[in-house]
Amino acid sequence: MNKPLPNSLRQGPDSRGRFGDFGGRFVAETLMPLILEVEKAYEAAKRDAAFQAEWRRLLTHYVGRPSPLWFAERLTAHLRKSAPKGMGAKIYFKRDELNHTGAHKINAVLGQILLAKKMGKTRIIAETGAGQHGVATATACALMDLPCIVYMGATDVERQQPNVFRMKLLGAEVRPVTSGAATLKDAMNEGLRDWVANVHDTYYCIGTVAGPHPYPQMVRDFQSVIGEEAKEQMRAAEGRLPDALVAAVGGGSNAMGLFFPFLDDKDVQMIGVEAAGRGLDTHEHAAALSRGRPGVLHGNRTYLLQDGDGQITEAHSISAGLDYPGVGPEHSWLHEIGRVQYVAATDEEALEAFQLCSRQEGIIPALEPAHALAHVLKMAPTLPEDRIVLMNLCGRGDKDIFTVARHLGEKI
Amino acid sequence: MSRIATRFAQSKAEGRGALVTFLTAFDPDRATSLEILRGLPKAGVDVIEIGVPFTDPMADGPSIQRAGQRGLKAGATVPGVLDLVRALRATEADTPVVLMGYYNPILAYGVTRFCADAAAAGVDGLIIVDVPPEEADEVEPHARANGLDLIRLIAPTTDEARLPRVLGATTGFIYYVSITGITGTRSADYASLAPAIAALKRHTDLPVAIGFGIRSPEQAAIAATVADGAVVGTALVDTLAGTLDADGRATAATVPAVLSQVAGLAQAIRAARKQAA
Repeated sequence: MNKPLPNSLRQGPDSRGRFGDFGGRFVAETLMPLILEVEKAYEAAKRDAAFQAEWRRLLTHYVGRPSPLWFAERLTAHLRKSAPKGMGAKIYFKRDELNHTGAHKINAVLGQILLAKKMGKTRIIAETGAGQHGVATATACALMDLPCIVYMGATDVERQQPNVFRMKLLGAEVRPVTSGAATLKDAMNEGLRDWVANVHDTYYCIGTVAGPHPYPQMVRDFQSVIGEEAKEQMRAAEGRLPDALVAAVGGGSNAMGLFFPFLDDKDVQMIGVEAAGRGLDTHEHAAALSRGRPGVLHGNRTYLLQDGDGQITEAHSISAGLDYPGVGPEHSWLHEIGRVQYVAATDEEALEAFQLCSRQEGIIPALEPAHALAHVLKMAPTLPEDRIVLMNLCGRGDKDIFTVARHLGEKI
Repeated sequence: MSRIATRFAQSKAEGRGALVTFLTAFDPDRATSLEILRGLPKAGVDVIEIGVPFTDPMADGPSIQRAGQRGLKAGATVPGVLDLVRALRATEADTPVVLMGYYNPILAYGVTRFCADAAAAGVDGLIIVDVPPEEADEVEPHARANGLDLIRLIAPTTDEARLPRVLGATTGFIYYVSITGITGTRSADYASLAPAIAALKRHTDLPVAIGFGIRSPEQAAIAATVADGAVVGTALVDTLAGTLDADGRATAATVPAVLSQVAGLAQAIRAARKQAA
C-alpha cells in the first residue's frame, strides 16, 4: 500500500466520518447501532479480495464497464464555430449512460447489495427521486434474489411513471410517500423510518454520497471507478490528464466518483454544476452550495436549503434527480476549501443542452448531465483549442423524454 | 436539585412512576397549545415534553409528523417555542419542561444562544433526537453551563457494549424506546420490558422512562410500574387531531379531550401504585 500523502485531499473522512466540518453521524440512537454495523462491515469488505473481485466481475459482465471515453468531435467543432479563433476546448464524455440501467447509480448499488448479503440482510430498501437509483436497486435485487422496497415521493411517482413501471417489472414494490412535499427528501425520511423499524433483516441502500457516515465515503469509493477509468482512458487517448472535469451535482455521487481520483492532481480544475431551476435568485432551485448554508439533515452536516429558522425548504429542478435540498458532505468541504468550483445551470439551459447533445452527438442525455453540459457549453468556447474538458455523462435521457416533450409543448 | 430530579424523586417517594407527556408546540395553534400545556400539571403530568416542530422528523411516525406540520403552519419557530415555555412558566413553576426536537433548528438559532435562552425561558432538559453521543461534544458544554439536562434515548438496538457510552452522555432521565421503530407505530411488548429495564438499571442510577409504544392507561400503568415513568405522545396527538375541524383548527372539544385523556393516564399510574402496595 502507498503511504498516505501528508497533503493529500483523498484521506477523508476522519474517524468520525467528517470531511473538515462536514459529514458525521447525526442520527437517532435507534439508528446508531445500525450505522456502526454498516461501517464495520464496509471496512471489512474493502479489505476482502473476494468481495472486491465479485463486485468487479459484476461491473465488467453485468454493467458493461469500463464505460467508453468519447471525444465529442461534432459538439467541439460546433462550439468552435462561434468561438474566437483558436478557442474552443476539446470536449470528452465519460459515458456512464451506457451502463446497464442507464446511469452511474448501478456502480454503487451492486457494491452495497453485495455488502448487504455479506451482512446477512434479507430485505433491501431504497429511496429514489428520478427513479434511477430505484431502478438500479430493483435490478440488483432481482439479480441477487432479494425483496426490494423503494420509497418514492408521490410527486415523483407522478412525473417519473416509466421508471415506476420499470421497478415494478423488476419485482420491486414502490411505496409512494405523501409526507412533506412528497419528493426525494421525504422519500429519504421514510426510508430511514422503515430501517429503524426493520433493523434485524433490512439494509438501506442509499443512492448518493449523503446520509450518515459511512454512506458518503462508501458510495464515493464505489463510484470512484468512474474517475479511475477516466484517468487511464484519458492518458491513452491524449497522453495526459484533462484540464477540467465537469459533473452535475444533486446529492453528488456521479461528481464525487469522477472527481475523487483526480483530487490530488493539482492541474486538473473541477467544476460541479448544481440545478439553478428557474434561477438562483428565485426560490425555485436546488443549489444547496450556491445558495444554501451549513446545517444538519439526513445524518450529516452539509450545505442545505433552509429558512432562517432552520426548517428545510423545498428544492426545485426540472430534473427529479437533482431535486434535493442538500448535497453530499464531501462536496461541502471541497467547496469550502476551494478545490472544486460549484456553479449552476437553469432548467432552460439544461433543456437547450439536452437538445443540442441529441442532435450533435446522437446521444440523448439525462436531464442531470444536461446541467453539466450546459456549463460545458459556456466554458469550452472560452478555453484554447488545446485544452481538454471531460464531462461525466452519467445518465441517459430515455426517462426524461416525457418531461422534455411537455416543456417543449409537444404531445407524445 | 433540578426540577427533573426533584420530580422523579417525588413520584418515587409516592411509590409510583412518573407520567411524561409529549405534545407538539403550536399544535394546532399557539393559544390552544398553551392552554393544554397549562392544564397538564393539574391533570396529573409529572414531566412536560414539548416537541419543537421540524420539517423532516425522521424518527417520528405519521401522527407526530402531521402535528409538526400543523405547528409549522401555525408559525412555530424556535424563538416562538421558547416564548411558549416562558408563558407556561408564568403559571407553572414546578413541573419540569423538556424540549424534544431535531438539531437543525437549534443550529440555525445558534447552539450557545439556544442553551442560554432555553434555560432562561424555564426549560429543564433537551432531547435532540439526531445528536447521538458521538456528535454531542458541540452541545454538551453549553447545555451543562446552563444547567440543562441532556436526555437520551436508549433503543432496543443499543447493545451492552454501547450502553455505557450512551448512559455516560445522559443526564436527567433515560428515555427507553420500547419498540424498534418510529413513534406511535407499534405497541410495546410488555413481557420483554421488565428484563430490559432491569438490565439497564444495572448500569445507571438515573430514572428510566419508557416511551414510543404506550397508548392506553393500562399500558402506561404497566410501564410506570416496570420503570420510573411512562411517556405518552402519539396517543395524545391523535386525540388532539381527532377534535380538529375540517380545516385543522381547534374546536371547543380540543383542550378538554386532551386533558381528560391525560387525567385518565395519571389515574391509572396512581392506581397501579396502590395495587402494588
